[in-house]
Amino acid sequence: MIVAALAFYLFAGVTVGSAVMVIAARNPVHSVLFLILAFINSAGLFVLLGAEFLAMILVVVYVGAVAVLFLFVVMMLDINITALREGFLQYLPTGGMIGLVLFVELVLVVGGWSLEPELAAPKATPTPALTELSNTEALGGVIYTDYVYLFQGAGLVLLVAMIGVIVLTLRVRVGVRKQRIGRQVARRREDAVELKKVASGDGA
Amino acid sequence: MMDVGLAHYLTVGAILFTLGIFGIFINRKNIIIILMAIELMLLAVNVNFVAFSAHLGDLVGQVFALFVLTVAAAEVAIGMAIVVVYFRNRGSIEVEDVNLMKG
Repeated sequence: MIVAALAFYLFAGVTVGSAVMVIAARNPVHSVLFLILAFINSAGLFVLLGAEFLAMILVVVYVGAVAVLFLFVVMMLDINITALREGFLQYLPTGGMIGLVLFVELVLVVGGWSLEPELAAPKATPTPALTELSNTEALGGVIYTDYVYLFQGAGLVLLVAMIGVIVLTLRVRVGVRKQRIGRQVARRREDAVELKKVASGDGA
Repeated sequence: MMDVGLAHYLTVGAILFTLGIFGIFINRKNIIIILMAIELMLLAVNVNFVAFSAHLGDLVGQVFALFVLTVAAAEVAIGMAIVVVYFRNRGSIEVEDVNLMKG
């Protein structure tokens, strides 16, 4: 029990600390790296909650794809970091106020919150005990039956996003001289070389 | 203190969400950091979903967190594509430059 509590405080502390660094780091590359740290530690939190599949998905999708995408874009674009940091102090009071108000509201909600007794009633899709079914299997059993249309919809969202990204970033340049292997191979000697008989003395 | 319950996870979620909002406001110029702050907010939402799912013993919370993850991934991909296209056209990613359609 005490190990679980210590693990929770470790993961939660590192998550919150690296989240602070994400928004406070000077260099966007450092921000991305702290974002990766935050995601890995919240995957730890998910494991503590018994959601192993989501934890692994978080590592694979976020650390493996999204954060690397961020890293690629940050490094690919030639960004003037100091110019982007201007106005940091100017926005600090407004942002601080709004953040504080929101945080106080959330604390009030979390503090004054209690469960309705009827929520403890048996669920339509209760979590099975880990001894009989693993988290991944149980989740799959729910997704592929009750939520199969939502699952297909999620796939559709990803497809639309993929096509949209390709359409946005595809660039056909004009005036680029590319190698056309088919035309090179199809070329014949007769098209390319012509022998001219030049009478001697006329060649000047 | 040593008994970690739902309230602890909800607190972490609340802190992460507030940090996300705060990050959007203090990094008004850098759209990449803004996107990362949005990711933090979505992560906070996911923490809440999974915490409630574990506490109530209902799997649907985890299913929904999965869909949130999907939408977040799609959103980042599109956002990054827009950033790249914008940078290609303007040579900068300052959000305050994006006022071409002001008329």
